[in-house]
Amino acid sequence: MSTKGRIEIDREFCKGCEICISFCPKNLIAPSDKLNASGYQPASFNDNGECTGCAICAVVCPEVAIEVYRG
Amino acid sequence: MDGNSAIGEAAVRAGCQCYFGYPITPQNELTEYMAIHLSRKKGCSFIQAESELAAISMVHGASLAGVRAMTSSSSPGISLMQEGISYLAACGLPAVIVNMSRGGPGLGSISAAQSDYFQSTRGGGHGDYRTIVLGPSSVQELADLTHRAFDLADKYQIPVIILGDGMLGQMKEPVEFKHEAPEELPVRSLALRGAKGRPSRFIKTLSSQPIDLEEINWSLFRRYQLIKKEETTYDTFMVDDAKLIVVAFGIAARIAKGAVKNAQANGLKVGMLRPTTLWPFPSEKVKELVKQTKHFLVFEMSMGQMVEDVQLALEGKGEVSFYGRPGGVIPTPSEVFRVISRLCYQKGLK
Amino acid sequence: MTEVIDEMNLQDKAIGIPPAGCAVFAYYYFDVDMAECAHGRGAAVATGLKRAYPEAIVFTYQGDGDLAAIGTAETIHAANRGERITTIFVNNAVYGMTGGQMAPTTLLDQKTTTTPYGRDVKLEGGPLKISEMLALTKGAVYIERTAVNSPANIRKTKKAIRKAFQTQIDDLGFSLVEILSPCPVNWKMTPLESWQWIDQEMIKEFPLGVIKDVTGEKDAD
Repeated sequence: MSTKGRIEIDREFCKGCEICISFCPKNLIAPSDKLNASGYQPASFNDNGECTGCAICAVVCPEVAIEVYRG
Repeated sequence: MDGNSAIGEAAVRAGCQCYFGYPITPQNELTEYMAIHLSRKKGCSFIQAESELAAISMVHGASLAGVRAMTSSSSPGISLMQEGISYLAACGLPAVIVNMSRGGPGLGSISAAQSDYFQSTRGGGHGDYRTIVLGPSSVQELADLTHRAFDLADKYQIPVIILGDGMLGQMKEPVEFKHEAPEELPVRSLALRGAKGRPSRFIKTLSSQPIDLEEINWSLFRRYQLIKKEETTYDTFMVDDAKLIVVAFGIAARIAKGAVKNAQANGLKVGMLRPTTLWPFPSEKVKELVKQTKHFLVFEMSMGQMVEDVQLALEGKGEVSFYGRPGGVIPTPSEVFRVISRLCYQKGLK
Repeated sequence: MTEVIDEMNLQDKAIGIPPAGCAVFAYYYFDVDMAECAHGRGAAVATGLKRAYPEAIVFTYQGDGDLAAIGTAETIHAANRGERITTIFVNNAVYGMTGGQMAPTTLLDQKTTTTPYGRDVKLEGGPLKISEMLALTKGAVYIERTAVNSPANIRKTKKAIRKAFQTQIDDLGFSLVEILSPCPVNWKMTPLESWQWIDQEMIKEFPLGVIKDVTGEKDAD
């Protein structure tokens, strides 16, 4: 299955602010079940093939914790 | 020329490229001299800043760029600069700060005084630090020590204070400038000039861990030890068989010298020690002198500040008397002579 | 900011001055030469640095207390002199680093640790519009207010920062970008709520947009 885009979230940078979750136009991000080392619930990416690589999540992330890959 | 202008000329000849200051009596001739010589000179900058707070921070900025920079003020303005000086010392940044001191405390008087000795020599801002403090006592010395100040500041990466006073600044004496302005000065290797071809660096004073700050303090003080060893300077006059040694600096030393000469002419064995580095203070010389002279008269135009350094150096091995006049009052040589002769009579120092 | 520095190839020439307050750890985040300075003195230190070494691209990164309280004089005069420096002014309506005290930009009725009953104009004055004040000086040539509470606003912020640096590169005068920023911890909100609060409350007092732009009219000296 080919995906137009995907993201990688750095679990340890993420502080669980959930801004990316609320801005993703495809609702592909959700809080993870597992805490990170700082005690936050980091955001986690649901790689179901619908990510377009729009990068809105990366733009809004205050921790610069998201990398976006396209194509 | 007048003392203030002599400082300016010496600074220009030392390669000072940036002057940032604020008007305050009695040093405005220096600010105005720098305006004439730097404000339109290529590669140089003169700013009459919005306050002394701003001026010392502008010096901080120029020093970061590796350029020779200075500021000047008088006592109340120097008080405003203390935070900035503490930061310069903490960063290890060279800078030259001229204080043409006046009577205090508060707005005080515009006449000469020596009541900023503690402020200058004890690290007048917050934290454990020292700055080199030079004490000129003639217009010639203002010129020579200004040049020396820039060299010392660069050599040891430390702020240097020139502790003059209102009288030295205003008086006119012949002066010879022994240096020509350099064509170009090398940029300090640790300057911030953009991280081209090297890792970026940051110059800060905040420490998250006390243990880091402790090491920074120790390393500053190791540098101060070296300066004490290498750069302490002073002058002596007729101390060899003196029964009483007058200790004075700056303009007070000029007045005292007249009194000491008068005393000698009257058969009193009086000599004088004149520190020219107030920090580091010539404690070793005092310890040496007390081996043959037990009595010291410290004369200052203040309520007594340098006298404490003399007492500390003597470690109780000698007797210290003090004569001072604060507030910007200028004592006369004959007044000081009367004090000397009365003291000699009281202590039986013939 | 780092994207702009990277895209404009300024990494070798940029020197940042973050003073105290919210900005003080900035040197851990930017890989350019940086120097910390005394609280409020950013504009003065940047002035000295730029005058001593005009080839550098000098920027300050200051919070609302640093720039508009203790640093008001230095900021206004650097702008008035048209110093070729770029100021990034981070406005989060509180003193963040020290735990949420009132700032010059705190809104009326806003509760902070030193206005526990809400800011009262009779006792504490009102929020300072420092960018509008700076626009009155001859030396300030480009001032814009943006925010970072939406992707669109973030993109506009980046554009404004880019323009501010270009103003310095073109030697036109003083440039400043005021950026309304969230402080969820000290506003006692969730991050999402803080982004909404900027839209609902802050922008009413601090409208976004270009406050002054005379870069088109100026010839480089």
